[in-house]
Amino acid sequence: MFGALADPTRWRVLTLLAERGEGTATTLAGELPVSRVAVVKHLAVLDRAGLVEGRRAGREVRYTVRTEQLDATARWMAGLASQWDARLAAIKRIAEGR
Amino acid sequence: MSPDRIEREITIAAPVERVWSVLTDAEHINGWFADDGAELDLRPGGALVMSWKKHGTTRARVEAVEPPRRFAYRWTAHHAEQGAEPGEGNSTLVEFTLAPEGDATRLRVVESGFAVLATTDEQRQGNYDDNVGGWKQVLEQLDAHVGRVAV
Repeated sequence: MFGALADPTRWRVLTLLAERGEGTATTLAGELPVSRVAVVKHLAVLDRAGLVEGRRAGREVRYTVRTEQLDATARWMAGLASQWDARLAAIKRIAEGR
Repeated sequence: MSPDRIEREITIAAPVERVWSVLTDAEHINGWFADDGAELDLRPGGALVMSWKKHGTTRARVEAVEPPRRFAYRWTAHHAEQGAEPGEGNSTLVEFTLAPEGDATRLRVVESGFAVLATTDEQRQGNYDDNVGGWKQVLEQLDAHVGRVAV
């Protein structure tokens, strides 16, 4: 998932989708300085990472943001951050001789 | 712009030299980090090997040694093969910086490079499935960009 978010344009696609509630490759490309084909590729990567989901509507696919994956990753990173907090607190205890 | 890093810091009522020695002395590392032994070859390119009773051994490679201000290493803690040599796609960079504040020290840690980890989310969840916490970096970043996100 981190890989999926590493690309700035892809991150922009995701934030735009979150802003608009939903979008298609065509509507998203209209608001970004990249081609529709490029947006289709970015959406495919986001879809594989579980960050968006698409529903076919006629000739287009409407995409919405899925928050479960972001939420799970946020929890994972929160856990890593609290591990660092615990380690820093231990360094503090040792350095302060307590 | 992407959820690539974790940053934490703490103020310690001890001079930077003291904090530096706690940070880089293998015996101390076995107190605040590992719990089943630590070995450190304190020079760029040197090895840092840490063992835990429950989690086994992790190998890290020292990237920077600038006493008493900066110490950095690259490790494989979040990858499936924790015993592997740190390299492209399997490691993150951990950087400590020490800044004097009067008689105290501001110690900051930045862990970065999550974006290039080839580890799958399932592996992460498997390693850290007991983790909970209030720090929602990803959602906050997204939230800051869009103003509203359904959580």
